[in-house]
Amino acid sequence: MPESLSFGIDPITAHAWNKDRTKLAISPNSPEVHIYHFQRGEWKLEEVLKEHDLKVTGIDWAPNTNRIVTCSADRNAYVWTQSEEKKWKPTLVLLRINRAATCVRWSPLENKFAVGSGARLISVCYFEKENDWWVSKHIKKPIRSTVTCLDWHPNDVLLAAGSTDFKVRVFSAYIKEIEERPVSTSWGSKMPLGLMMAEFSNSTNGAGGWVHSVNFSSSGDRIAWVGHDSSISVADASKGMAVCVIRTDFLPFLACLWVSENRLIAAGHGCCPMLFEVNETGKVHFAGKLDASLKKETSGVSAMKKFQSLDRQARTETNDTSLGTLHQNAITSVCLHTGNKANATKFSTAGVDGLLAIWDFNNLESAMRGLKFN
Amino acid sequence: MALNNSLLGWRRLVIDVYNDYNYYLDLAVPPGGPTTLVFFTNKPRKRNIEALKTVLRNAPISSRNQMVKDAALNVVMQVLLSMKSSQIEEAVNALDRDHLDILMKYIYRGFETPSEGSSGQLLAWHEKVHAVAGVGCIVRVLTDKKRV
Repeated sequence: MPESLSFGIDPITAHAWNKDRTKLAISPNSPEVHIYHFQRGEWKLEEVLKEHDLKVTGIDWAPNTNRIVTCSADRNAYVWTQSEEKKWKPTLVLLRINRAATCVRWSPLENKFAVGSGARLISVCYFEKENDWWVSKHIKKPIRSTVTCLDWHPNDVLLAAGSTDFKVRVFSAYIKEIEERPVSTSWGSKMPLGLMMAEFSNSTNGAGGWVHSVNFSSSGDRIAWVGHDSSISVADASKGMAVCVIRTDFLPFLACLWVSENRLIAAGHGCCPMLFEVNETGKVHFAGKLDASLKKETSGVSAMKKFQSLDRQARTETNDTSLGTLHQNAITSVCLHTGNKANATKFSTAGVDGLLAIWDFNNLESAMRGLKFN
Repeated sequence: MALNNSLLGWRRLVIDVYNDYNYYLDLAVPPGGPTTLVFFTNKPRKRNIEALKTVLRNAPISSRNQMVKDAALNVVMQVLLSMKSSQIEEAVNALDRDHLDILMKYIYRGFETPSEGSSGQLLAWHEKVHAVAGVGCIVRVLTDKKRV
């Protein structure tokens, strides 16, 4: 049974964990960010961060430097640092965008972060010591529409962005002021800032759909994305940018996450996390639903239930209006909980139903016999 | 005796040519899409499924010409509505995923312009396609840029 925490009735738009997973930052579809702390067996609200004017659209928590970055529809981003009295202090970041920010991600070394926005550009922000402020550099070409999702390559330079112009692009976000020249990778060797290393279309065969989430694998060679046409695709740079798309039978996914070099989780409007596997030739196939639980038992009091439902809802069927999955509404975000992208044991999902669930592969393995977990 | 030679013309007909069996659908479709289709009501069962596969394979998705698309729609509707309810499941199982997506698009377009009894038949098609291809198929009808 996955562990589930309820945060009220508001949808959770974004969530992020601290390094040892004792603290959780969530945004309940409002301009506030709530920080929860796990103390003595329960989650307590520790602090409310109120600085944004409009809905917070993205939160990311840097594990090693312990900084939180939040971005919002009010075209701003704040970097929050914890002072000695354990209070979180915001620092405004000038993104120089004239539309809402949609997503934010710290880079793996946490020296910079990237913000996607409706202004058709990505702002890569780093801290300039001389002036003691956060500076942003823009990646504009050739993005044609809102950037909906971002993910960093493990080398701290390459950035993947999915957009509503049905494309996924890999850019270089190399900031020469703060880092060394990167070594060449399977995506390319020359990486000046803003250079597009690869572009993938989510609209082959005439199908199309906004790209909702993009994720680099732990090695950085593979990139997975999910689109609104219920498809999931994996591109492999080490195999000459070969792409494998599968158009699934489920409702569209909103988030995806690699949990090993060959397995990835996708979750979304179907309210259930799904496991997909990539074999050696690069082909993706569906491996199973991870929410195999919660079939309502029809117990002996069904006659009573029948009359009750007849009285309340004027119908004699006894099946509930609740879904057979843990989440009762769409899952909006998936985060790693324990482990890393090469080998994850737990991951968390948060949804529109205000529920945050932590899924453990060790428990799921026994529930899903017949699947080999390496 | 006067021979009415004009009535002897029928002897030149080779009657076996006009057998039902030899007539088949006009499967050579012009590049713009199928414009005419020759139909015989008692064609064998397998022809139906072949006809369906052909029209779906040649569906003018990339075309910008609305008349071509409408013509293709009429042809597909003819095929769909002429098949018996018992054959629908067999036909759906013979198609692959891409063709099922295109078929679902035609089903929804067919709903837009109902004719006598068409909606009921299309609903039967819809149910069978949904059982095989799931909700993802319907989502792709809605999100696809290239409409049928």
